[in-house]
Amino acid sequence: MNGAAIALADAVRSGTRSARESVEESLQKIATGDHEIHAFLEVLADQALERADEIDRVVASGSDPGRLAGVPVALKDNLCTTGIPTTCSSRILEGWRPPYDATVVERLRAAGAIPIGKTNMDEFAMGSSTENSCSGPTRNPHDHDRVPGGSSGGSAAAVAAGFVPVALGSDTGGSIRQPAALCGVVGMKPTYGVVSRYGLIAFASSLDQIGPLSATVGDAALMLEVIGGHDRRDSTSLDAPAPDVLSAVEAGVEGKRIGLVTELVEDTAPEVAARVREAAEALGSAGALVEEISIPQFRYGLAAYYLIAPAEASSNLARFDGVRFGLRVDAPDVAAMNVATRTAGFGAEVKRRIMLGTYALSAGYYDAYYAKAQRVRTLVADGFALAYLRFDALLGATTPTTAFGIGDRTEDPLAMYLSDSCTVPANLAGHPAISVPFGGDELGLPVGVQVMAPALGEPTLFAVAGAVERAAPARAGGRR
Amino acid sequence: MSGGDARPPSKPPAIGPEQVAHVARLARLELSDDELTRFTGQLAAALAYAAEIGELEVEDLEPMAHPLPLHNVLRDDEPEPTLDRDTVLAEAPAAEDRRFRVPRILGDEP
Repeated sequence: MNGAAIALADAVRSGTRSARESVEESLQKIATGDHEIHAFLEVLADQALERADEIDRVVASGSDPGRLAGVPVALKDNLCTTGIPTTCSSRILEGWRPPYDATVVERLRAAGAIPIGKTNMDEFAMGSSTENSCSGPTRNPHDHDRVPGGSSGGSAAAVAAGFVPVALGSDTGGSIRQPAALCGVVGMKPTYGVVSRYGLIAFASSLDQIGPLSATVGDAALMLEVIGGHDRRDSTSLDAPAPDVLSAVEAGVEGKRIGLVTELVEDTAPEVAARVREAAEALGSAGALVEEISIPQFRYGLAAYYLIAPAEASSNLARFDGVRFGLRVDAPDVAAMNVATRTAGFGAEVKRRIMLGTYALSAGYYDAYYAKAQRVRTLVADGFALAYLRFDALLGATTPTTAFGIGDRTEDPLAMYLSDSCTVPANLAGHPAISVPFGGDELGLPVGVQVMAPALGEPTLFAVAGAVERAAPARAGGRR
Repeated sequence: MSGGDARPPSKPPAIGPEQVAHVARLARLELSDDELTRFTGQLAAALAYAAEIGELEVEDLEPMAHPLPLHNVLRDDEPEPTLDRDTVLAEAPAAEDRRFRVPRILGDEP
Protein backbone atom coordinates (compact mmCIF):
# COMPACT_ATOMS: atom_id res chain seq x y z
CA MET A 1 0.00 0.00 0.00
CA ASN A 2 2.76 2.41 -0.97
CA GLY A 3 0.64 5.27 -2.21
CA ALA A 4 2.45 8.58 -2.61
CA ALA A 5 0.07 10.36 -0.24
CA ILE A 6 0.13 7.54 2.30
CA ALA A 7 3.95 7.47 2.28
CA LEU A 8 4.19 11.24 2.42
CA ALA A 9 1.78 11.57 5.36
CA ASP A 10 3.65 8.79 7.20
CA ALA A 11 6.95 10.61 6.66
CA VAL A 12 5.53 13.94 7.86
CA ARG A 13 3.85 12.38 10.90
CA SER A 14 7.03 10.60 11.93
CA GLY A 15 9.12 13.73 11.39
CA THR A 16 11.38 12.26 8.69
CA ARG A 17 10.12 14.83 6.19
CA SER A 18 8.70 18.30 6.76
CA ALA A 19 5.35 19.45 5.45
CA ARG A 20 7.16 22.56 4.19
CA GLU A 21 9.45 20.46 1.99
CA SER A 22 6.45 18.59 0.65
CA VAL A 23 4.60 21.80 -0.20
CA GLU A 24 7.70 23.46 -1.66
CA GLU A 25 8.26 20.47 -3.93
CA SER A 26 4.68 20.59 -5.16
CA LEU A 27 4.82 24.36 -5.75
CA GLN A 28 8.13 23.97 -7.58
CA LYS A 29 6.68 21.35 -9.94
CA ILE A 30 3.65 23.52 -10.63
CA ALA A 31 5.87 26.53 -11.30
CA THR A 32 7.95 24.61 -13.83
CA GLY A 33 5.26 22.53 -15.49
CA ASP A 34 1.86 24.13 -15.28
CA HIS A 35 2.35 26.85 -17.88
CA GLU A 36 2.13 23.99 -20.43
CA ILE A 37 -0.60 21.90 -18.77
CA HIS A 38 -2.83 24.63 -17.28
CA ALA A 39 -4.24 22.36 -14.59
CA PHE A 40 -4.58 25.20 -12.07
CA LEU A 41 -6.76 28.31 -12.09
CA GLU A 42 -5.29 29.51 -8.81
CA VAL A 43 -2.24 28.40 -6.82
CA LEU A 44 -2.34 29.09 -3.09
CA ALA A 45 1.41 29.30 -2.47
CA ASP A 46 1.49 31.57 0.60
CA GLN A 47 -1.44 29.93 2.38
CA ALA A 48 -0.07 26.46 1.68
CA LEU A 49 3.38 27.29 3.04
CA GLU A 50 1.84 28.90 6.13
CA ARG A 51 -0.28 25.84 6.72
CA ALA A 52 2.73 23.57 6.18
CA ASP A 53 4.65 25.41 8.90
CA GLU A 54 1.69 24.96 11.25
CA ILE A 55 1.68 21.22 10.53
CA ASP A 56 5.42 21.04 11.18
CA ARG A 57 4.94 22.79 14.52
CA VAL A 58 2.26 20.27 15.46
CA VAL A 59 4.65 17.42 14.66
CA ALA A 60 7.48 19.12 16.63
CA SER A 61 5.19 19.45 19.63
CA GLY A 62 4.63 15.70 19.62
CA SER A 63 1.01 15.80 18.42
CA ASP A 64 -0.47 14.10 15.37
CA PRO A 65 -1.59 16.49 12.62
CA GLY A 66 -3.77 13.83 10.96
CA ARG A 67 -3.90 11.08 8.38
CA LEU A 68 -3.06 13.35 5.46
CA ALA A 69 -0.42 15.40 7.30
CA GLY A 70 1.46 17.64 4.89
CA VAL A 71 -0.11 16.15 1.76
CA PRO A 72 -0.68 18.77 -0.97
CA VAL A 73 -4.18 18.46 -2.43
CA ALA A 74 -5.62 20.03 -5.58
CA LEU A 75 -9.31 21.03 -5.46
CA LYS A 76 -11.67 21.24 -8.39
CA ASP A 77 -12.92 24.80 -8.68
CA ASN A 78 -16.55 23.92 -7.94
CA LEU A 79 -15.65 23.21 -4.29
CA CYS A 80 -16.16 26.24 -2.07
CA THR A 81 -13.07 27.51 -0.26
CA THR A 82 -13.37 30.33 2.27
CA GLY A 83 -12.02 33.59 0.87
CA ILE A 84 -10.48 31.85 -2.15
CA PRO A 85 -12.00 32.49 -5.59
CA THR A 86 -14.31 29.64 -6.62
CA THR A 87 -15.44 30.10 -10.19
CA CYS A 88 -16.55 26.76 -11.73
CA SER A 89 -14.48 28.05 -14.69
CA SER A 90 -17.34 30.43 -15.42
CA ARG A 91 -17.35 34.15 -16.09
CA ILE A 92 -20.53 34.39 -14.04
CA LEU A 93 -18.57 33.57 -10.85
CA GLU A 94 -15.31 35.31 -11.71
CA GLY A 95 -13.72 36.68 -8.55
CA TRP A 96 -16.40 35.36 -6.19
CA ARG A 97 -14.99 34.39 -2.80
CA PRO A 98 -17.18 31.93 -0.89
CA PRO A 99 -17.87 32.75 2.76
CA TYR A 100 -17.47 29.07 3.76
CA ASP A 101 -15.55 25.86 3.07
CA ALA A 102 -17.18 22.82 1.50
CA THR A 103 -17.46 19.98 4.03
CA VAL A 104 -14.87 17.94 2.09
CA VAL A 105 -12.40 20.84 2.25
CA GLU A 106 -13.00 21.21 5.98
CA ARG A 107 -12.37 17.49 6.48
CA LEU A 108 -9.20 17.51 4.38
CA ARG A 109 -7.84 20.45 6.37
CA ALA A 110 -8.75 18.76 9.65
CA ALA A 111 -6.78 15.67 8.54
CA GLY A 112 -3.68 17.80 7.89
CA ALA A 113 -3.96 17.96 4.09
CA ILE A 114 -2.84 21.20 2.45
CA PRO A 115 -4.96 22.71 -0.35
CA ILE A 116 -2.42 23.81 -2.94
CA GLY A 117 -4.72 25.24 -5.59
CA LYS A 118 -8.01 25.25 -7.47
CA THR A 119 -8.14 23.27 -10.69
CA ASN A 120 -9.54 23.95 -14.12
CA MET A 121 -12.78 22.25 -15.23
CA ASP A 122 -15.50 22.37 -17.82
CA GLU A 123 -17.76 25.28 -16.91
CA PHE A 124 -20.13 24.15 -14.12
CA ALA A 125 -18.80 20.60 -14.72
CA MET A 126 -20.57 20.42 -18.08
CA GLY A 127 -18.23 18.71 -20.48
CA SER A 128 -15.89 15.79 -21.04
CA SER A 129 -12.69 17.55 -22.12
CA THR A 130 -12.05 20.63 -19.91
CA GLU A 131 -12.28 22.70 -23.09
CA ASN A 132 -15.47 24.44 -21.88
CA SER A 133 -13.53 26.63 -19.46
CA CYS A 134 -13.60 30.42 -19.53
CA SER A 135 -9.85 30.38 -18.93
CA GLY A 136 -8.94 27.98 -21.73
CA PRO A 137 -8.33 24.22 -21.91
CA THR A 138 -6.16 21.98 -19.76
CA ARG A 139 -3.75 19.76 -21.69
CA ASN A 140 -3.20 16.04 -21.21
CA PRO A 141 0.24 15.54 -19.59
CA HIS A 142 0.80 12.46 -21.81
CA ASP A 143 0.27 14.42 -25.02
CA HIS A 144 -0.19 18.16 -24.91
CA ASP A 145 -2.27 18.19 -28.09
CA ARG A 146 -4.90 16.01 -26.47
CA VAL A 147 -7.58 16.70 -23.89
CA PRO A 148 -7.27 15.47 -20.29
CA GLY A 149 -10.95 14.50 -20.29
CA GLY A 150 -13.42 16.27 -18.07
CA SER A 151 -15.01 17.80 -16.37
CA SER A 152 -12.42 17.28 -13.59
CA GLY A 153 -9.61 17.56 -16.18
CA GLY A 154 -7.52 19.98 -14.13
CA SER A 155 -7.51 17.67 -11.11
CA ALA A 156 -6.69 14.60 -13.24
CA ALA A 157 -3.89 16.41 -15.08
CA ALA A 158 -2.46 17.78 -11.82
CA VAL A 159 -2.11 14.23 -10.49
CA ALA A 160 -0.88 12.78 -13.81
CA ALA A 161 1.78 15.51 -14.14
CA GLY A 162 2.98 14.74 -10.61
CA PHE A 163 2.11 18.24 -9.31
CA VAL A 164 0.15 16.72 -6.41
CA PRO A 165 -0.30 13.14 -5.20
CA VAL A 166 -4.07 13.54 -4.75
CA ALA A 167 -6.93 15.77 -5.84
CA LEU A 168 -10.68 16.09 -5.52
CA GLY A 169 -13.13 16.16 -8.39
CA SER A 170 -16.87 15.77 -8.82
CA ASP A 171 -18.64 13.14 -10.90
CA THR A 172 -22.13 13.68 -12.32
CA GLY A 173 -21.90 11.44 -15.39
CA GLY A 174 -18.25 10.36 -15.27
CA SER A 175 -16.44 13.62 -14.56
CA ILE A 176 -13.94 11.98 -12.18
CA ARG A 177 -13.52 8.57 -13.84
CA GLN A 178 -13.36 9.70 -17.48
CA PRO A 179 -10.50 12.23 -17.01
CA ALA A 180 -8.75 9.78 -14.67
CA ALA A 181 -8.82 7.17 -17.46
CA LEU A 182 -7.60 9.61 -20.11
CA CYS A 183 -4.78 10.87 -17.87
CA GLY A 184 -3.70 7.46 -16.52
CA VAL A 185 -4.61 8.02 -12.87
CA VAL A 186 -7.10 6.53 -10.41
CA GLY A 187 -10.49 8.25 -10.11
CA MET A 188 -13.31 7.18 -7.82
CA LYS A 189 -17.00 8.08 -7.55
CA PRO A 190 -18.51 7.05 -4.21
CA THR A 191 -22.04 5.75 -3.58
CA TYR A 192 -24.47 8.67 -3.75
CA GLY A 193 -24.74 10.12 -0.24
CA VAL A 194 -21.43 8.79 1.13
CA VAL A 195 -19.67 12.14 0.62
CA SER A 196 -21.35 15.40 1.62
CA ARG A 197 -22.20 17.77 -1.21
CA TYR A 198 -22.33 20.78 1.12
CA GLY A 199 -20.25 23.46 -0.60
CA LEU A 200 -20.16 21.68 -3.96
CA ILE A 201 -21.69 24.07 -6.48
CA ALA A 202 -24.56 21.99 -7.83
CA PHE A 203 -24.85 20.74 -11.41
CA ALA A 204 -27.38 17.87 -11.21
CA SER A 205 -28.17 17.27 -7.55
CA SER A 206 -29.48 13.70 -7.81
CA LEU A 207 -26.30 12.60 -9.63
CA ASP A 208 -23.40 14.72 -8.28
CA GLN A 209 -20.83 13.09 -5.99
CA ILE A 210 -17.41 14.34 -4.89
CA GLY A 211 -14.54 11.85 -5.02
CA PRO A 212 -10.76 11.45 -5.13
CA LEU A 213 -8.24 11.31 -7.97
CA SER A 214 -4.83 9.86 -7.16
CA ALA A 215 -1.84 7.99 -8.49
CA THR A 216 -2.74 4.81 -6.59
CA VAL A 217 -5.83 2.94 -5.42
CA GLY A 218 -4.57 3.06 -1.83
CA ASP A 219 -4.38 6.85 -1.88
CA ALA A 220 -7.94 7.06 -3.23
CA ALA A 221 -9.07 4.80 -0.38
CA LEU A 222 -7.41 6.98 2.25
CA MET A 223 -8.95 10.12 0.71
CA LEU A 224 -12.42 8.55 0.77
CA GLU A 225 -12.05 7.58 4.42
CA VAL A 226 -11.15 11.20 5.23
CA ILE A 227 -13.87 12.97 3.21
CA GLY A 228 -16.72 10.45 3.62
CA GLY A 229 -19.32 10.09 6.35
CA HIS A 230 -22.49 11.79 7.50
CA ASP A 231 -22.86 15.56 7.35
CA ARG A 232 -25.98 17.18 8.76
CA ARG A 233 -25.58 20.13 6.40
CA ASP A 234 -26.37 17.92 3.37
CA SER A 235 -29.88 16.49 3.60
CA THR A 236 -28.97 13.72 1.12
CA SER A 237 -25.95 12.62 3.15
CA LEU A 238 -26.30 9.02 4.35
CA ASP A 239 -26.49 8.61 8.08
CA ALA A 240 -23.42 6.36 8.26
CA PRO A 241 -19.71 6.72 8.92
CA ALA A 242 -17.19 6.77 6.05
CA PRO A 243 -16.70 3.29 4.57
CA ASP A 244 -13.71 1.29 5.76
CA VAL A 245 -11.82 0.82 2.49
CA LEU A 246 -8.08 1.20 3.02
CA SER A 247 -7.83 -2.29 4.52
CA ALA A 248 -9.76 -3.68 1.52
CA VAL A 249 -7.23 -2.58 -1.09
CA GLU A 250 -4.97 -5.57 -0.47
CA ALA A 251 -7.70 -8.01 0.51
CA GLY A 252 -7.57 -9.76 -2.88
CA VAL A 253 -10.37 -11.13 -5.04
CA GLU A 254 -10.28 -14.84 -4.17
CA GLY A 255 -13.77 -16.23 -4.77
CA LYS A 256 -15.23 -12.85 -5.76
CA ARG A 257 -17.77 -13.07 -8.60
CA ILE A 258 -17.00 -10.46 -11.22
CA GLY A 259 -19.15 -9.71 -14.27
CA LEU A 260 -17.51 -8.41 -17.42
CA VAL A 261 -20.18 -6.16 -18.95
CA THR A 262 -20.54 -6.88 -22.69
CA GLU A 263 -21.83 -3.36 -23.47
CA LEU A 264 -18.83 -1.78 -21.73
CA VAL A 265 -16.41 -3.79 -23.86
CA GLU A 266 -18.05 -4.14 -27.28
CA ASP A 267 -18.89 -0.47 -27.67
CA THR A 268 -15.30 0.66 -27.16
CA ALA A 269 -12.20 1.07 -29.35
CA PRO A 270 -10.39 -2.26 -30.02
CA GLU A 271 -7.35 -1.40 -27.91
CA VAL A 272 -9.52 -0.29 -25.00
CA ALA A 273 -11.56 -3.49 -25.25
CA ALA A 274 -8.34 -5.56 -25.35
CA ARG A 275 -7.02 -4.00 -22.12
CA VAL A 276 -10.35 -4.57 -20.36
CA ARG A 277 -10.35 -8.25 -21.37
CA GLU A 278 -6.76 -8.57 -20.13
CA ALA A 279 -7.80 -7.05 -16.79
CA ALA A 280 -10.64 -9.58 -16.57
CA GLU A 281 -8.22 -12.44 -17.24
CA ALA A 282 -5.82 -11.11 -14.63
CA LEU A 283 -8.62 -11.03 -12.05
CA GLY A 284 -9.42 -14.63 -12.98
CA SER A 285 -5.80 -15.58 -12.40
CA ALA A 286 -5.96 -13.82 -9.03
CA GLY A 287 -8.76 -16.15 -7.96
CA ALA A 288 -11.91 -14.29 -8.98
CA LEU A 289 -14.75 -16.01 -10.84
CA VAL A 290 -15.12 -13.92 -13.97
CA GLU A 291 -17.99 -14.30 -16.41
CA GLU A 292 -19.38 -12.09 -19.13
CA ILE A 293 -22.82 -10.55 -18.68
CA SER A 294 -24.90 -8.42 -21.00
CA ILE A 295 -26.79 -5.51 -19.44
CA PRO A 296 -28.65 -4.16 -22.46
CA GLN A 297 -30.33 -1.47 -20.33
CA PHE A 298 -26.96 0.33 -20.17
CA ARG A 299 -27.34 1.35 -23.83
CA TYR A 300 -30.23 3.65 -22.87
CA GLY A 301 -28.46 5.23 -19.93
CA LEU A 302 -26.76 7.99 -21.87
CA ALA A 303 -29.94 9.26 -23.55
CA ALA A 304 -31.74 9.34 -20.18
CA TYR A 305 -28.75 11.05 -18.59
CA TYR A 306 -28.68 13.82 -21.18
CA LEU A 307 -32.28 14.69 -20.31
CA ILE A 308 -32.12 14.29 -16.52
CA ALA A 309 -28.83 16.12 -15.92
CA PRO A 310 -29.72 19.18 -18.05
CA ALA A 311 -33.19 19.29 -16.47
CA GLU A 312 -31.71 19.43 -12.98
CA ALA A 313 -29.04 21.88 -14.16
CA SER A 314 -31.59 24.27 -15.65
CA SER A 315 -33.19 24.48 -12.23
CA ASN A 316 -29.93 24.65 -10.21
CA LEU A 317 -28.42 27.34 -12.42
CA ALA A 318 -31.45 29.61 -12.03
CA ARG A 319 -29.68 30.96 -8.94
CA PHE A 320 -27.14 32.75 -11.12
CA ASP A 321 -29.24 35.84 -11.67
CA GLY A 322 -26.85 38.70 -10.86
CA VAL A 323 -28.46 39.42 -7.49
CA ARG A 324 -26.45 37.74 -4.75
CA PHE A 325 -23.04 36.70 -6.07
CA GLY A 326 -20.72 36.92 -9.01
CA LEU A 327 -21.29 38.88 -12.18
CA ARG A 328 -23.95 41.53 -12.73
CA VAL A 329 -24.50 43.27 -16.04
CA ASP A 330 -26.49 46.41 -15.31
CA ALA A 331 -29.84 47.07 -16.95
CA PRO A 332 -32.75 49.40 -16.14
CA ASP A 333 -34.92 46.73 -14.52
CA VAL A 334 -34.31 43.45 -12.73
CA ALA A 335 -35.61 41.12 -15.46
CA ALA A 336 -33.40 42.74 -18.09
CA MET A 337 -30.48 42.60 -15.64
CA ASN A 338 -31.06 38.83 -15.17
CA VAL A 339 -31.02 38.25 -18.92
CA ALA A 340 -27.99 40.47 -19.58
CA THR A 341 -26.02 38.85 -16.74
CA ARG A 342 -26.77 35.26 -17.73
CA THR A 343 -26.20 35.96 -21.43
CA ALA A 344 -22.76 37.47 -20.74
CA GLY A 345 -21.81 35.11 -17.89
CA PHE A 346 -22.55 31.61 -19.22
CA GLY A 347 -20.55 29.88 -21.96
CA ALA A 348 -22.07 28.07 -24.95
CA GLU A 349 -22.23 24.56 -23.46
CA VAL A 350 -23.88 25.79 -20.27
CA LYS A 351 -26.47 27.68 -22.33
CA ARG A 352 -27.11 24.56 -24.44
CA ARG A 353 -27.67 22.41 -21.37
CA ILE A 354 -29.88 24.98 -19.64
CA MET A 355 -32.02 25.18 -22.77
CA LEU A 356 -32.11 21.41 -23.26
CA GLY A 357 -33.21 21.01 -19.63
CA THR A 358 -35.75 23.83 -19.80
CA TYR A 359 -37.21 22.24 -22.93
CA ALA A 360 -37.35 18.75 -21.40
CA LEU A 361 -39.22 20.16 -18.42
CA SER A 362 -41.55 22.46 -20.32
CA ALA A 363 -45.28 21.99 -20.70
CA GLY A 364 -46.15 19.49 -23.41
CA TYR A 365 -42.73 17.85 -23.44
CA TYR A 366 -42.33 16.90 -19.77
CA ASP A 367 -43.91 13.44 -20.16
CA ALA A 368 -42.21 12.60 -23.44
CA TYR A 369 -38.76 13.60 -22.26
CA TYR A 370 -38.20 14.12 -18.54
CA ALA A 371 -40.69 11.67 -17.07
CA LYS A 372 -39.69 9.06 -19.64
CA ALA A 373 -36.02 9.55 -18.78
CA GLN A 374 -36.80 9.02 -15.10
CA ARG A 375 -38.46 5.69 -15.93
CA VAL A 376 -35.44 4.71 -18.00
CA ARG A 377 -33.33 5.57 -14.97
CA THR A 378 -35.31 2.89 -13.10
CA LEU A 379 -34.72 0.53 -16.04
CA VAL A 380 -30.94 1.01 -15.74
CA ALA A 381 -31.08 0.54 -11.95
CA ASP A 382 -33.08 -2.68 -12.51
CA GLY A 383 -30.40 -3.87 -14.94
CA PHE A 384 -27.78 -3.42 -12.24
CA ALA A 385 -29.97 -5.13 -9.63
CA LEU A 386 -30.34 -8.22 -11.81
CA ALA A 387 -26.59 -8.34 -12.46
CA TYR A 388 -25.79 -8.04 -8.77
CA LEU A 389 -27.86 -11.13 -8.04
CA ARG A 390 -25.05 -13.04 -9.75
CA PHE A 391 -22.01 -10.83 -9.20
CA ASP A 392 -20.20 -8.95 -6.43
CA ALA A 393 -18.71 -6.40 -8.82
CA LEU A 394 -18.82 -5.46 -12.49
CA LEU A 395 -15.99 -4.67 -14.87
CA GLY A 396 -15.80 -2.70 -18.11
CA ALA A 397 -14.09 0.17 -19.86
CA THR A 398 -14.21 3.64 -18.33
CA THR A 399 -14.23 5.39 -21.70
CA PRO A 400 -15.01 4.35 -25.29
CA THR A 401 -11.64 5.71 -26.52
CA THR A 402 -8.31 6.98 -25.22
CA ALA A 403 -7.65 10.74 -25.08
CA PHE A 404 -8.88 12.63 -28.15
CA GLY A 405 -7.39 15.74 -29.71
CA ILE A 406 -8.03 19.26 -28.46
CA GLY A 407 -10.76 20.74 -30.66
CA ASP A 408 -11.83 17.37 -32.13
CA ARG A 409 -15.29 17.30 -30.56
CA THR A 410 -16.02 20.93 -29.66
CA GLU A 411 -18.20 21.58 -32.71
CA ASP A 412 -20.27 18.45 -32.20
CA PRO A 413 -21.77 18.39 -28.69
CA LEU A 414 -23.37 14.99 -29.26
CA ALA A 415 -19.98 13.39 -30.11
CA MET A 416 -18.67 14.90 -26.85
CA TYR A 417 -21.64 13.50 -24.89
CA LEU A 418 -20.86 9.99 -26.18
CA SER A 419 -17.56 10.13 -24.20
CA ASP A 420 -19.67 9.46 -21.09
CA SER A 421 -21.47 6.34 -22.31
CA CYS A 422 -19.57 3.90 -20.05
CA THR A 423 -19.71 6.00 -16.91
CA VAL A 424 -23.30 7.31 -16.65
CA PRO A 425 -24.97 4.03 -15.58
CA ALA A 426 -23.31 4.17 -12.13
CA ASN A 427 -24.45 7.79 -11.65
CA LEU A 428 -28.03 6.99 -12.63
CA ALA A 429 -28.14 4.14 -10.11
CA GLY A 430 -26.14 6.05 -7.45
CA HIS A 431 -23.59 3.24 -7.21
CA PRO A 432 -19.83 3.48 -6.52
CA ALA A 433 -17.37 3.08 -9.40
CA ILE A 434 -13.66 3.55 -9.93
CA SER A 435 -11.31 3.86 -12.89
CA VAL A 436 -7.90 2.22 -12.59
CA PRO A 437 -5.12 2.72 -15.18
CA PHE A 438 -4.42 -0.48 -17.10
CA GLY A 439 -1.80 -0.20 -19.83
CA GLY A 440 -2.23 1.90 -22.93
CA ASP A 441 -2.93 2.01 -26.63
CA GLU A 442 -0.39 1.93 -29.49
CA LEU A 443 0.48 5.57 -28.94
CA GLY A 444 1.12 4.99 -25.26
CA LEU A 445 -2.02 6.84 -24.24
CA PRO A 446 -3.49 5.49 -20.99
CA VAL A 447 -6.49 3.15 -20.84
CA GLY A 448 -8.74 3.03 -17.77
CA VAL A 449 -10.56 -0.05 -16.53
CA GLN A 450 -13.76 0.61 -14.62
CA VAL A 451 -14.91 -1.38 -11.61
CA MET A 452 -18.46 -0.96 -10.33
CA ALA A 453 -20.15 -2.29 -7.19
CA PRO A 454 -23.63 -2.11 -5.64
CA ALA A 455 -24.61 0.82 -3.39
CA LEU A 456 -22.30 0.90 -0.35
CA GLY A 457 -20.16 -1.82 -1.92
CA GLU A 458 -17.03 0.35 -1.54
CA PRO A 459 -14.99 -2.33 0.29
CA THR A 460 -15.58 -4.80 -2.58
CA LEU A 461 -14.92 -2.04 -5.11
CA PHE A 462 -11.53 -1.24 -3.59
CA ALA A 463 -10.58 -4.91 -3.26
CA VAL A 464 -11.18 -5.45 -6.98
CA ALA A 465 -9.54 -2.12 -7.90
CA GLY A 466 -6.47 -3.08 -5.86
CA ALA A 467 -6.20 -6.37 -7.73
CA VAL A 468 -6.56 -4.62 -11.11
CA GLU A 469 -3.80 -2.18 -10.10
CA ARG A 470 -1.43 -5.00 -9.07
CA ALA A 471 -1.99 -6.74 -12.43
CA ALA A 472 -1.66 -3.60 -14.57
CA PRO A 473 1.00 -3.73 -17.30
CA ALA A 474 3.36 -0.88 -17.99
CA ARG A 475 2.39 1.44 -20.82
CA ALA A 476 4.49 1.17 -23.97
CA GLY A 477 5.77 4.45 -25.39
CA GLY A 478 4.23 6.57 -22.65
CA ARG A 479 5.89 9.87 -21.93
CA ARG A 480 6.03 9.24 -18.24
CA MET B 1 -50.92 22.80 -19.16
CA SER B 2 -50.45 19.99 -21.65
CA GLY B 3 -54.12 20.16 -22.59
CA GLY B 4 -56.55 17.30 -22.92
CA ASP B 5 -54.22 14.98 -24.78
CA ALA B 6 -53.40 12.36 -22.16
CA ARG B 7 -51.00 10.33 -24.29
CA PRO B 8 -47.60 11.95 -24.81
CA PRO B 9 -46.30 11.53 -28.33
CA SER B 10 -43.72 8.75 -28.40
CA LYS B 11 -41.64 10.79 -30.83
CA PRO B 12 -41.95 14.52 -30.25
CA PRO B 13 -41.55 16.78 -33.30
CA ALA B 14 -38.10 18.16 -34.11
CA ILE B 15 -37.23 21.43 -32.41
CA GLY B 16 -37.15 24.57 -34.58
CA PRO B 17 -35.73 28.08 -34.18
CA GLU B 18 -39.00 29.49 -32.81
CA GLN B 19 -39.06 26.95 -30.00
CA VAL B 20 -35.38 27.50 -29.24
CA ALA B 21 -36.02 31.26 -28.99
CA HIS B 22 -38.97 30.57 -26.67
CA VAL B 23 -36.92 28.24 -24.46
CA ALA B 24 -34.13 30.84 -24.31
CA ARG B 25 -36.64 33.41 -23.07
CA LEU B 26 -37.89 30.99 -20.39
CA ALA B 27 -34.26 30.41 -19.31
CA ARG B 28 -33.55 34.17 -19.30
CA LEU B 29 -30.95 33.99 -22.05
CA GLU B 30 -30.66 36.17 -25.11
CA LEU B 31 -29.40 34.54 -28.32
CA SER B 32 -27.81 36.23 -31.31
CA ASP B 33 -29.06 35.13 -34.75
CA ASP B 34 -25.90 33.06 -35.16
CA GLU B 35 -26.38 31.35 -31.83
CA LEU B 36 -30.02 30.68 -32.59
CA THR B 37 -29.10 28.85 -35.80
CA ARG B 38 -26.24 26.91 -34.22
CA PHE B 39 -28.10 25.95 -31.04
CA THR B 40 -31.19 24.86 -33.00
CA GLY B 41 -29.13 22.32 -34.94
CA GLN B 42 -27.26 21.13 -31.86
CA LEU B 43 -30.36 20.85 -29.67
CA ALA B 44 -32.21 19.02 -32.44
CA ALA B 45 -29.35 16.50 -32.63
CA ALA B 46 -29.32 16.00 -28.85
CA LEU B 47 -33.11 15.57 -28.76
CA ALA B 48 -33.08 13.15 -31.68
CA TYR B 49 -30.56 11.07 -29.75
CA ALA B 50 -32.66 11.30 -26.58
CA ALA B 51 -35.72 10.23 -28.59
CA GLU B 52 -34.16 6.73 -28.72
CA ILE B 53 -35.74 6.11 -25.36
CA GLY B 54 -39.12 7.13 -26.78
CA GLU B 55 -39.42 3.63 -28.25
CA LEU B 56 -38.99 1.90 -24.88
CA GLU B 57 -41.98 0.36 -23.11
CA VAL B 58 -41.34 1.64 -19.60
CA GLU B 59 -44.76 2.95 -18.60
CA ASP B 60 -45.09 0.31 -15.87
CA LEU B 61 -41.81 1.39 -14.24
CA GLU B 62 -41.77 3.97 -11.47
CA PRO B 63 -39.97 7.21 -12.35
CA MET B 64 -36.74 7.48 -10.35
CA ALA B 65 -36.07 11.00 -9.15
CA HIS B 66 -33.30 10.09 -6.78
CA PRO B 67 -31.00 7.14 -6.06
CA LEU B 68 -31.71 7.01 -2.31
CA PRO B 69 -34.87 5.87 -0.57
CA LEU B 70 -35.02 9.13 1.36
CA HIS B 71 -37.47 9.89 4.10
CA ASN B 72 -37.90 13.14 5.91
CA VAL B 73 -36.05 13.58 9.20
CA LEU B 74 -36.72 16.59 11.39
CA ARG B 75 -33.96 17.96 13.56
CA ASP B 76 -34.45 19.81 16.82
CA ASP B 77 -35.25 23.44 16.22
CA GLU B 78 -32.19 24.94 17.88
CA PRO B 79 -30.85 28.32 16.83
CA GLU B 80 -27.24 28.26 15.63
CA PRO B 81 -24.96 30.71 13.87
CA THR B 82 -25.41 31.14 10.11
CA LEU B 83 -23.17 32.83 7.56
CA ASP B 84 -22.06 36.32 8.56
CA ARG B 85 -24.29 38.84 6.84
CA ASP B 86 -21.57 41.39 6.09
CA THR B 87 -19.23 38.74 4.65
CA VAL B 88 -21.99 37.51 2.34
CA LEU B 89 -23.03 41.01 1.27
CA ALA B 90 -19.40 41.93 0.59
CA GLU B 91 -19.49 39.41 -2.28
CA ALA B 92 -22.76 40.69 -3.74
CA PRO B 93 -22.72 42.76 -6.93
CA ALA B 94 -24.49 45.56 -5.04
CA ALA B 95 -25.69 46.05 -1.47
CA GLU B 96 -27.41 48.83 0.44
CA ASP B 97 -28.61 49.09 4.07
CA ARG B 98 -27.28 45.54 4.70
CA ARG B 99 -29.47 44.13 1.93
CA PHE B 100 -28.95 43.02 -1.67
CA ARG B 101 -29.57 45.95 -4.00
CA VAL B 102 -31.26 45.33 -7.36
CA PRO B 103 -32.51 47.56 -10.17
CA ARG B 104 -36.17 48.48 -10.43
CA ILE B 105 -38.46 45.45 -10.18
CA LEU B 106 -41.80 46.98 -11.19
CA GLY B 107 -41.87 49.13 -14.32
CA ASP B 108 -43.85 52.32 -14.89
CA GLU B 109 -45.85 50.59 -17.58
CA PRO B 110 -48.16 47.58 -17.06
